[in-house]
Amino acid sequence: MKARPLALFALLYLLVLYAPIMLLPIFAFNDGTVIAFPLRGFTTEWFGLLLETPALHRATRNSLVIAVSVAVLATCLGLFAARAATRYRFPAKTGILGFIMLPLVLPEVIVAISLLVVLMQLGLDSGIWSIIAGHTLLCIPFSVAILQGSFANMDQSLEEAAIDLGETPLSTFRLVTLPLVAPGIVASLLICFTISLDEFIIAFFLSGNAPTLPVYLWGQLRFPARLPMIMALGTILVVLSILLLVIAETFRRRGLRRAGLKDSGGFL
Amino acid sequence: MRDTSSERGEAPAIVTLQAVEKYYGEYHALRGISAEIRQGEFFSLLGPSGCGKTTLLRAIAGFEDISSGSIRLDGRDMEGVAPNRRPTNLVFQSYAIFPHLTVAQNVGFGLRKAQMSAEDKRRAVGEALEMVGLGDFGARAAHALSGGQRQRVALARALILKPRVLLLDEPLSALDKKMREVMQVELIKLQREVGITFILVTHDQEEALVMSDRIAVMFEGGIAQLDDPETLYRRPSSRRVAEFIGMMNFLPARVTGSGSGRIEAEVAGLGRVTLDAGQCPGEAHPGAAAVGLRPESLTILFDGGVAHDREVRGSVAEVTYYGDMTYYDIALDGAPDTVSVSARNMPGRRVLERGETTTLAWDPRALSLFC
Amino acid sequence: MNGVTRALRSEGGKGLIMVSPPLVYALLLLAAPLATIVLFSFWTQNFLDIDRTFTIANYAEALSDPLYRELMLRSLRISASVTAVTVILAFPVAYFISFHVAPQRKSLWLFLITIPFWTSYLIRVFLWRVILAFDGPVNGSLMGLGVIDEPLTFILYNANAVIITLAHAFAPFAILPIFVSLEKIDRSLLEAARDLGESKAMTFLRVTLPLAMPGVLAAVLIVSIPTVGDYVTPRLVGGSGGTMIANMIYAQIFDLNDRPMGATLAVLAMAIVALSLLWLIARIRFWLWLAEGRGVWIALAAGIAEILAIRAIFMLGPAIVGAPGTVLGLLAVATLGSVLIFVKVPKGRAGI
Repeated sequence: MKARPLALFALLYLLVLYAPIMLLPIFAFNDGTVIAFPLRGFTTEWFGLLLETPALHRATRNSLVIAVSVAVLATCLGLFAARAATRYRFPAKTGILGFIMLPLVLPEVIVAISLLVVLMQLGLDSGIWSIIAGHTLLCIPFSVAILQGSFANMDQSLEEAAIDLGETPLSTFRLVTLPLVAPGIVASLLICFTISLDEFIIAFFLSGNAPTLPVYLWGQLRFPARLPMIMALGTILVVLSILLLVIAETFRRRGLRRAGLKDSGGFL
Repeated sequence: MRDTSSERGEAPAIVTLQAVEKYYGEYHALRGISAEIRQGEFFSLLGPSGCGKTTLLRAIAGFEDISSGSIRLDGRDMEGVAPNRRPTNLVFQSYAIFPHLTVAQNVGFGLRKAQMSAEDKRRAVGEALEMVGLGDFGARAAHALSGGQRQRVALARALILKPRVLLLDEPLSALDKKMREVMQVELIKLQREVGITFILVTHDQEEALVMSDRIAVMFEGGIAQLDDPETLYRRPSSRRVAEFIGMMNFLPARVTGSGSGRIEAEVAGLGRVTLDAGQCPGEAHPGAAAVGLRPESLTILFDGGVAHDREVRGSVAEVTYYGDMTYYDIALDGAPDTVSVSARNMPGRRVLERGETTTLAWDPRALSLFC
Repeated sequence: MNGVTRALRSEGGKGLIMVSPPLVYALLLLAAPLATIVLFSFWTQNFLDIDRTFTIANYAEALSDPLYRELMLRSLRISASVTAVTVILAFPVAYFISFHVAPQRKSLWLFLITIPFWTSYLIRVFLWRVILAFDGPVNGSLMGLGVIDEPLTFILYNANAVIITLAHAFAPFAILPIFVSLEKIDRSLLEAARDLGESKAMTFLRVTLPLAMPGVLAAVLIVSIPTVGDYVTPRLVGGSGGTMIANMIYAQIFDLNDRPMGATLAVLAMAIVALSLLWLIARIRFWLWLAEGRGVWIALAAGIAEILAIRAIFMLGPAIVGAPGTVLGLLAVATLGSVLIFVKVPKGRAGI
């Protein structure tokens, strides 16, 4: 395949990929209530309105609480799975790991309704805890994928060397494993946080009285007058997500540099 | 080979292996290994891939459990003793240098829990680095070193803890040829300086011959022969060991009689031979056998050589020139295959050409008989 | 040490212990709930009471009611279209990054491509609704350029809009696995092919493409399975012509208060998707094997014949054996064929 037309195609692809998101800041600052061209002038009115909406603030708080909890929980569980995957052989390994990674390919609807049905059966209230549980299930595969890369990049004999030199398994983890896997841990925390923040379906099915940010957003979509505000909110969310990702990527690269390894291109 | 006959006499055993067995599920990795490794010696475990030498080394280090038998270090049974509590240190094949630490931090890693002042630790690290020739490298980042430098850091890191036994897992296999030769000499010097018992695992028989006081040749989980390099070379205990160590020619033979310490045989290409019983490992029974002789055991009589007791004529099939030596593949009358014969290249001595016939002298005492 | 301690101390034991926290979590929160909805699908609900007598009434209804069948078929069709579009468009981009981008820039490209994926899915779908709207940017610019006089109405609130939106959203999903398998191709293999006399195009067809197939297959799976069960996109941009099975599942649970029915539809949807993908992979292996052994035309004929037969049975079956019988029979026979193919036909050169 020739390079030139391919490059053009790739660039075009990239452009189309970003096109919708580019609209967000355009209309977030647009002085008009209809999301259509032509633009009508600059305003920060919509951002101001965001600050005055208590329902939004509540939803934001819920989302943050959930996202932080999910990040920590999913990363911890992911650590166990990733380490088991890269360091040990055990019976039914492929099956067990495949099962843990299953949420990656299951439609979220299935996960959502199965959790909902169980909750209803057990008579439990849906709400923040159930959303944390559901999101964690969703995020564990991502955490495992990231951390598996970190562990695989680490020469196994490093831990054996530490033990040979007198360290206990626990101190080995602290002095050798953790520093080398830390960038992966940070990346996993950030990615899981982002996924949880943006996740809609499970939150939608399970939120009950505690809406998250996306659920709140959904509720606003039917009001045409609120659309510019939604654009403003969307702009903030997208910028935030991108920021977190850039930080995660920086950590990933730093981790590679520290271990003296070459970049194989991306998390997954 | 190292001249140790005058040095040691019989040093006490520091590692005693008794009937060590190891199974991986159904796979029999170590079969009844029994051996004694003496204090202060340079001991090698030599064998092809998969023979179990690395498994045995790791079992001594404590990273593999054994299924039965015992491993004793300094008389203490090591059953259930974790690697971090054994008086051994292991130099890993990949060197396992901690990439997130400096060279000095790597070398001083095992001293973390030692009862030494920070000043003493610093000095110990400096001395260890000097000993391996990396005196100025302390502050360097560990991930930016060459292969040879990494190996030295691994050595310093292990030796600084003054283990009773230093275990080395194929330490030179990752280096290129020149570097390997340099490091072989350095390792010998180091061992002599430090006086610690070294146990080295390698698949390179030349390496083992050069560096070791004694070698255990392993095949398929068992020790085939345990001897010093010269005995291993001259008196291999089986055809397989003979083939593994150095180059060996084999000629078909028939044992015609044996008794009172002598063996009579007919050898293809060489005629009738009388051998000493010691030249045959095991029993010599009448019938088909093979005679082994090293390339240097046949001497090419370049024009004008002195007539010898045993001579034979042959024609040159192949010539391989190595600079200091030339190896000839020579076809002997009556022998089915060619034999490889080496000749030192000297000023005035010409290199034979393919198709030439020549006379070779040989000594019956250089033969080994394999039944 | 007794047997139990030995087992626990062994590598296998330690591994199992290490993996147990996430495993237990997944069993509790995934396996158990999934089992529950399977259970639910065999119960019925009257208003607020769940009747726990085992019954297959839900399944019978789901399989006979033409509405559900239509929704299921539409979901499969949309998913297939999205998968096809996404994977075909993704391949050149993945190829470009793998073969024509300097190594130190590759992760940058991948990073740029995955960023949109990490932003809110909801927002992106909503933006597409904005873009494709009657008075939105697409129509606006097309009219402004004079290409059309009236705003296009067929680009929103139907299946097309769903396809466009989903294809856009799942693009990165397709690029990554294809990229990974392209990266794994040893470049010296391609040089060897050229050295042996092949042109660039033939090298691509004979070496690159077959070796990239596992990645393409992964991309197909990663895109098709989640898209079948998508809820947000059909809801926002699908209108009535673009509703998909997930919307119906939601409706059953929340609007119609029939959780067992929702469960039934979910289970059926999952089963149908899984068996369909099995069918697809098995047939691809079979057709490739035929093509290699008996020629491309035979393979094509076999493929077309089977697909036509399935269509015929699907259309004529309900009149003869009833809808549920047709669907179940079709699934059973097709799956039997798939199993047979996996057992008898060896893996092809393309790794499928």
